[in-house]
Amino acid sequence: MKILLDRGKCTGLGICESLSPEVFEVDDEGALVLSTDVVPDGKLAEIRAAVTSCPTEALRLTED
Amino acid sequence: MTTPQRLVVVGASLAGLRAVEGARASGFTGSITLIGAEDHLPYDRPPLSKAYLAEAPGGPPDTTFRTEDTLRGELGVDLRLGARATGLDTEGGVVLVDGGAPVPYDALVIATGAVARVLPATEGLAGVHTLRTADDAAAVRRALDDRARLVVVGAGFIGSEVASAARERGLPVTVVEAADVPLRRALGDEMGMACAALHDRAGTDLRRGVSVRAIRRDGEGIGVELGDGSTLHAGLVVAGIGADPATSWLDGSGVALADGVRCDRTLATSVRGVYAAGDVAHWHNPLFGQPMRLEHWTSAAEQGATAAVNALKPAEARPYSTVPYFWSDWYGTRIQFVGISRADEVRVVSGDPADGRWVALYRTGERLTGALAVDHPTHIMKYRVMINRGCTWNDALDFARERNARARRTTAVA
Ligand SMILES: Cc1cc2nc3c(=O)[nH]c(=O)nc-3n(C[C@H](O)[C@H](O)[C@H](O)COP(=O)(O)OP(=O)(O)OC[C@H]3O[C@@H](n4cnc5c(N)ncnc54)[C@H](O)[C@@H]3O)c2cc1C
Ligand code: SF4
Repeated sequence: MKILLDRGKCTGLGICESLSPEVFEVDDEGALVLSTDVVPDGKLAEIRAAVTSCPTEALRLTED
Repeated sequence: MTTPQRLVVVGASLAGLRAVEGARASGFTGSITLIGAEDHLPYDRPPLSKAYLAEAPGGPPDTTFRTEDTLRGELGVDLRLGARATGLDTEGGVVLVDGGAPVPYDALVIATGAVARVLPATEGLAGVHTLRTADDAAAVRRALDDRARLVVVGAGFIGSEVASAARERGLPVTVVEAADVPLRRALGDEMGMACAALHDRAGTDLRRGVSVRAIRRDGEGIGVELGDGSTLHAGLVVAGIGADPATSWLDGSGVALADGVRCDRTLATSVRGVYAAGDVAHWHNPLFGQPMRLEHWTSAAEQGATAAVNALKPAEARPYSTVPYFWSDWYGTRIQFVGISRADEVRVVSGDPADGRWVALYRTGERLTGALAVDHPTHIMKYRVMINRGCTWNDALDFARERNARARRTTAVA
């Protein structure tokens, strides 16, 4: 599974980071950085939570 | 007990929509009825006091969450818009709806949110608005387009965002706040004052400790008479004086109320099969061991999904616990707060309020219980994770020191 980020929608609110801090991080400028775009083993549940919690619906999961 | 076949959700906004989506995502195949008083499809509110009020040649952004096709087709929702619930018969298991037949339920989610408080004796007065709904926002936007002189009553988050939108259009703004310290409940005294200073920097005339005595039409405009006897002249008055949970339709229903709908940790109300979510819900947050009612986007969304799933499978009901989080954007500055503001100590650990950018931490006993970040977006969620884990105050201070050292190193390199 892959994580897709729509930068046009993301406003850097960081809710994803609080749910899955090893994958998502908002940088000093407020831009979201993904440590990987492939869902790491054992992280699917928390990444799903991050995707559904994003207020701007900037995140999506896709089959490769 | 038989499994519920009919889910009814009252309130078609964020929490109500997430209740519907959460129910379907959990595999529920029964009927879902979504009852909403507004004529609009469910829409997002935070942009209404932000991007929606900005000058935009292409018109304001549409904040509708889902199309009608998605709601009716994909989610299989019986959508009743422009339909206000007027009562709840918990014995008979029906919701009473204004102008329509009663709607029977097996499981019910109350998601009626909150209603903006109105300034006394201003109901229907032209040019005087609250900002809670899309219709409110459209009216405020039109007045800003006409370059109306703005007076905001209440220096809370929504009032401050409206002030900011007007300043960004180059319009003069006065904000009148009855308390000496704005945002005291949300941020505490010190940080309330520090954020209020953002208004001064932006050229907004903030008057603290000043009450409004009367508001009346005054020739072409509106006169706002203040406690000191002076009068402000305005073309547009926006009241940002808070919101009350929308519970009047539940009077006499047997659902226990106390500043909202009283819920346990699983969002269950005092009546079996009835759950509540969002701004209307006053629930017990296990993480802080205390009841609270939040008016925040994140918890409204999460509670919506949890309440629906719990209502459908009460035997497996999961508690909802969270570190409260909200954000607000003023004058290009992002304010983010996590946790709770009542604290034994508040300490600035990064940046400096004098520069308009800082981080403050909130201590209760030996624990970190809150954090405020003003234009420090990379810090805030790390503190949210720490609060969730029950991190100690000393560990939080160590973390702040390490972040500051790292920031200094990067600046030195650059
Ligand atoms: C202008 C504005 C800006 C905001 N900005 C932020 C922000 O920056 N960050 C943040 O975290 N939060 C923000 N919020 C708060 C956030 O939008 C709310 O927490 C969220 O909307 C709550 O969702 P809800 O579904 O619980 O209630 P609401 O959104 O209040 O929706 C309740 C719905 O129920 C309907 N209803 C009420 N009574 C009845 C009835 N009897 N029958 C049928 N329907 C009924 C109402 O018409 C309404 O549509 C903002 C809110 C506003 C108004
Ligand atoms: S939650 Fe959404 S908007 Fe916020 S940083 Fe993550 S992707 Fe961006």
